[in-house]
Amino acid sequence: MARLSGARYGRAAVWLAAGAYFLVPLACAVAFSVEDPRKGVDFEAYTGMFGADGFTGSLVLTVKVGAATVALVLVLLLPALITVRLTAPRLRTLVELVCLLPLVVPAMALVAGISAVLRWGPDHFAGTPLFDAFVGLQNPDFPGVLVLAYTLMALPLAYRTLDAGLAAIDLRVLVEAARACRASWPRTLVHVVLPNLRGALLNTAFLTLALVFGEYTVAAILGYQPFAVWIVVISGSQAQMSVAASMIGLLVTWVLLLVLAATGRARRTKETS
Amino acid sequence: MTHPLIDRETRTPARTGSTVEFRGLHRAFGSTTALDGLDLAIGPGELVALLGPSGCGKTTALRIVAGFERPDRGEVLVDGADVTRVPAHRRDTGMVFQSYSLFPHLTAVDNVAFGLRMSGVGGAARRARAAGLLELVGLPEHAARFPHQLSGGQQQRVALARALALRPRVLLLDEPLSALDAQVRLTLREEIRRLQQELGITTLFVTHDQEEALSIADRVAVMRAGRLEQCAPPAELYARPATAFVAEFVGVMSRIPGRAGPDGGTVSVLGRTLPVDGTLPGDGEAAGEAGEVDVLVRPEAVEVLADGDGTSRIVSATFLGATTRLTVRLAGGSDVLADVPAHTAAALPVGVTATVRLPDRPVLVARRRGGNSGGRP
Repeated sequence: MARLSGARYGRAAVWLAAGAYFLVPLACAVAFSVEDPRKGVDFEAYTGMFGADGFTGSLVLTVKVGAATVALVLVLLLPALITVRLTAPRLRTLVELVCLLPLVVPAMALVAGISAVLRWGPDHFAGTPLFDAFVGLQNPDFPGVLVLAYTLMALPLAYRTLDAGLAAIDLRVLVEAARACRASWPRTLVHVVLPNLRGALLNTAFLTLALVFGEYTVAAILGYQPFAVWIVVISGSQAQMSVAASMIGLLVTWVLLLVLAATGRARRTKETS
Repeated sequence: MTHPLIDRETRTPARTGSTVEFRGLHRAFGSTTALDGLDLAIGPGELVALLGPSGCGKTTALRIVAGFERPDRGEVLVDGADVTRVPAHRRDTGMVFQSYSLFPHLTAVDNVAFGLRMSGVGGAARRARAAGLLELVGLPEHAARFPHQLSGGQQQRVALARALALRPRVLLLDEPLSALDAQVRLTLREEIRRLQQELGITTLFVTHDQEEALSIADRVAVMRAGRLEQCAPPAELYARPATAFVAEFVGVMSRIPGRAGPDGGTVSVLGRTLPVDGTLPGDGEAAGEAGEVDVLVRPEAVEVLADGDGTSRIVSATFLGATTRLTVRLAGGSDVLADVPAHTAAALPVGVTATVRLPDRPVLVARRRGGNSGGRP
């Protein structure tokens, strides 16, 4: 009994320490964002944020780039992983290696390479259609170059989640069963493979979005102003609003996570009822 | 039994079933040869079991019919038309897999209706038909369940219903019972046979279980190393195996050393001369010349008598219910298996000397094999 309660105290201590580690900085940030030396507590940083200069523009840009990145990651990776599993299992190690490579390339190195190419390309291809492509990539309303960079950076995360999802189902048998039921390849993918990868797809999408929402280095150096860059930019003039925006961002991320977990759970209870 | 799915025409198997023909199929995976010139013709409405040890190419042959594998050489004909280049989803075959293959995200009835959905059958019509099929396999009350809520046997029944839903020309069963426990296996295999006969659907059934093959197939095709050894009705396969491999793979067979007679028509074994029933191919010279041969006998044909002066000895006994299987070591050192009625087995305890006798019937003869160790248990 004594040992049992001892274990309980130990567990409580760990919880407390971990909780303090996460919550104290958050609480301080919240306190800072609502502090007003004259009135005591003031929520102006939160209410004023939505009308602040650049808020909407940076958010819309981030959402657009995020959606495009998710789409590109899935379009690139899903067919590749499925094909490798079905027809060339020996290539799996190679694909894994390629997908995990971005982990060891620092964002700084990546962006240095990208800027060099962007500077060199237009000069070299002046007068050819490739010149227009280089210009189009850097369109400030929709910077394709960011989508490409984020896709690269998201590959390791996406590979892990998608591969785990594929490993959890008997892909070959499901595909063959669907084919024997007169489903063509595209319909097999849409009606059998994708529904059984729902959890993995949602996870991939979420992780990729989280990455895009928090990425600063590449966007800042290439001169774009998505949400993360905007937060840093305003921190000089409006420190409280910058922290408030970070808090909102954190809250939205948590809500997304909860929704994700809830959809997974709701599905399971529905099936067992 | 009348059923909405079995209309009058499908009751006459010979009119609706398709023919399937393998012509010189070759398939190699790297250095492994799975099929080495397989030839086999399956008649309309027939159930043919492909039987053989693992790695003999039986599953590869089935997957080639389904369109999941391409042969390196040779062709597959369904109703006389070459389907070798036809993609899997246009083959018009239904397949039940060894592992549970139901779509996890769909209910039983939606699983059965899946093929109809892919063929563009309307919602109400396909649900009605799927419900009918679930009834046919005895699971009408499980329509709304998901695969993980069904037992293994129930899942395979649903998979069977799904395979039958599109009224395929050929039904392919890839060891559908091997993941199930013994009792379910027995009932489901009888049910598969009943349905197959009612629907008159040409069926290929892959199995490594000879009892399964012998009990439900019209003909059993025994395969070995990518080739067909023999394809015959079960009784013929058992009584008149074409090769020594078939003889020993199907059922239990013991080898007793004997000596071929000078005319080749007789063999002297266990002190008596018996007529030779058949000469196994490749063993012709063995039976043709006066030489050392093995006589192949089934355990039920061997008679064992307790005999104090006998030269043989009983070395082990296995109780099988109605009979007891004795292993008898002959004077020459080879073992013979003998099935004796359980009530006479009491007089033949392990360790006693005995005399082994063969009935006065023609026997199968094969070339003498080195290191004779008796029958396959």
